[in-house]
Amino acid sequence: MPKGRAFAPQYASVQHRDETAEIGMWVFLATEVLLFGGLLFAYFVYRHANPAAFAEAGRHTRIVIGTANTAILLTSSFFVACAVNALQADARRTCIAMLVSAMLLGLLFLGLKAAEYAGEYHEHLVPGVDFSYVAPLADGVELFFIFYFVATSIHAVHMVIGIAVLATLAVLLRRSASTRMRAALHSAALYWHFVDVVWIVLFALIYLPGRSGT
Amino acid sequence: MTEPDYLNSAYTLRSWFFTTDHKRIAILYFATLIGFFFIGGAAATAIRIELATPQADLVSSDTYNRLFTMHGVIMVWFFLIPSIPNTLGNFIVPLMIGARDLAFPRLNLMSWYLFIAGGSVTLFAILAGGIDTGWTFYTPFSTLYSNSYVIVAVTGIFIAGFSSILTGLNFIATVHRLRAPGLTWYRLPLFIWSLYATSVILVLATPVLAITLVLLATERFLGVGIFDPRIGGDPLLFQHLFWFYSHPAVYIMILPGMGVVNELISCFSRKPVFGYKFVAWASLAIAAVGFLVWGHHMFVSGQSLLASLVFSFMSFIVAVPSAIKVFNWTATLHKGSLRFDAPMLYALAFLGLFTIGGLTGLFLACLAFDVHATDTYFVVAHFHYIMVGGMVTAYFGGLHYWWPKITGRLYSEYWARTAAVLIFFGFNLTFFPQFVLGAEGMPRRYHVYPPEFQVWNVLSSGGATILAAAYLLPMFYLGYSLFFGRRAPANPWDAPGLEWQTPSPPPEFNFESQPVVTRAPYQYGPDFAAEPQNA
Ligand code: HEM
Ligand SMILES: [Cu+2]
Repeated sequence: MPKGRAFAPQYASVQHRDETAEIGMWVFLATEVLLFGGLLFAYFVYRHANPAAFAEAGRHTRIVIGTANTAILLTSSFFVACAVNALQADARRTCIAMLVSAMLLGLLFLGLKAAEYAGEYHEHLVPGVDFSYVAPLADGVELFFIFYFVATSIHAVHMVIGIAVLATLAVLLRRSASTRMRAALHSAALYWHFVDVVWIVLFALIYLPGRSGT
Repeated sequence: MTEPDYLNSAYTLRSWFFTTDHKRIAILYFATLIGFFFIGGAAATAIRIELATPQADLVSSDTYNRLFTMHGVIMVWFFLIPSIPNTLGNFIVPLMIGARDLAFPRLNLMSWYLFIAGGSVTLFAILAGGIDTGWTFYTPFSTLYSNSYVIVAVTGIFIAGFSSILTGLNFIATVHRLRAPGLTWYRLPLFIWSLYATSVILVLATPVLAITLVLLATERFLGVGIFDPRIGGDPLLFQHLFWFYSHPAVYIMILPGMGVVNELISCFSRKPVFGYKFVAWASLAIAAVGFLVWGHHMFVSGQSLLASLVFSFMSFIVAVPSAIKVFNWTATLHKGSLRFDAPMLYALAFLGLFTIGGLTGLFLACLAFDVHATDTYFVVAHFHYIMVGGMVTAYFGGLHYWWPKITGRLYSEYWARTAAVLIFFGFNLTFFPQFVLGAEGMPRRYHVYPPEFQVWNVLSSGGATILAAAYLLPMFYLGYSLFFGRRAPANPWDAPGLEWQTPSPPPEFNFESQPVVTRAPYQYGPDFAAEPQNA
């Protein structure tokens, strides 16, 4: 019986294990694409049905915060990529520093997002909680904001999970930097980049309607 | 000497509830699913009793709504979707491909806990008063008008969905990465191809259901209109999203059964499956095209005629790979040395019942006919022929086939054959009359009906009694075999698959040494014994 090995018995080698973990992560990301895909599909259906209302609603979003948040997330992804590189070069402390920076940026993102939500609350733009909008297009505007809140909060949940994962990795890395950690960091990085990509798509759908040329 | 088998490696509760052994997790799932099958079955029993007479005598309309919803929700999400993948699949997949476990054993255990969590939440909704929306949760009824525990129920289904996703993910990674040396894709047993295709659907369709349920719960909880037409929402959007998941999901509920049937038919014809590559790719074709036909559930919903035409056409296309399989199984039987052991009886029953279910699916895919038949008992009969006549029969067939491997015991062949015949007979008596009822126009989901329909309903209820008894039978003789059955040899069916090359029940890590594969599957025949696969 293959006990006392560094890796589980179903694997032939450490490399075998790590490659399998990576496949698992990619399959998981495929699931995530379809999760957001369903949501985006619904968004497009309604945007197609209410183009004017979505443009009007889009102008009520806070593009400065949105743009800042996009920059913040992209930077955090850069740090995460650096962390992966650092670990490959066995620079454990740099790696941890990179992870902590990425986490802090992630928290900053969430803070700004919360400020944005508060602003929308004051403007009575939160459907189901406090929504009043007096205009002929109110229904369409409300639909837009429902999607805005559902999509951004699901994204925020992903951010929280991502931050928790990075934090766990940072703590564990202080103790050791086994190959297993390398594989885990690699998967975590994939996830973080994915959440970042989702945000870039959301950015275009939330902040740009009504502001682009047409 | 030999190590203890997986059942005897440890006895504590902990060694079961925190096990990462795919075989033990399969047993955990198996026990859980028996429970859900009973709950769903109890609801079905109540429905059939009520329908024995034209008036309402057992339950009120409201209770009746809750009964058929409970039946559908439990049977679809808590029995049929996990049935073969999570029990037989969990147990057999690593053995079949010569691996020591699935790729991610802890995720496997987690999927069971998620399933238990989701199941408990949904059961709570049922016990607290039930859900009256039908398993389809159509809006705006489910969000605006229903006075039942919709949010709780969909939360349970949402959680169980993640258990499905984890299972699919695990199988995909396992099939890609853990095949034994020499086990190329075209040497894989077709059961593996089917489960692989199933897993692709699990991973790609389930998240769409998840987000749809989130939107539904949001609408209901916050009172905002996502699908509510009063503020510009679109109830049809819900149906599109729901069926985008649920049509592929019906293939989650048949592909694993098809996979089992490959193994059974080739074993008891003593021949390789005819046209192996066609059958293998047919599974993937079903998984792919199955994503493009959802609109056939919405022919009368008011979607555009063009959409209906396209969906009708695609529904005919998706039947092609299923038909290929049926033809190839029949060709496998041709000139085989047939043996009618119990698993084979189940496989043959599957063949006939699935064919009827599939062909009536084609009727329904015709626009002109569907307008007449939609929401009648014809549809109910169609999908029961596939889901119960097909999948549940295959599940029983596979269970008998691998029972000696799983438990190390042999069951009574006499009783097993009796049960198989009774199931076939009881099933047809239950559901064939429903085709007639549907064709004559009896709508589904009502508990009172005009008296002229009574004859067929009585036949159906009578058949259901036989079917219920036949489903109970295995509990007894399989249960009996656990304690008093003869010990099973490693390979009771003289089958060449890897799972038969290790003792019954298998040791904790499946194989004493890593098997190496040197040839295609299903090499039955005189020379097979001379050429052991285990290197
Ligand atoms: C051969 C391919 C198939 C075709 C062409 C087909 C066609 C159809 C059509 C057109 C309907 C809609 C009828 C209506 O609501 O008016 C339908 C309903 C249904 N089919 Fe199939 N089907 C096929 C295979 C399957 C399979 C493999 C399963 C399950 C394992 C299945 C399960 C169902 C279910 C559950 C419904 C009813 C859903 C509901 O309204 O509650 N079908 N089918
Ligand atoms: Cu369908």
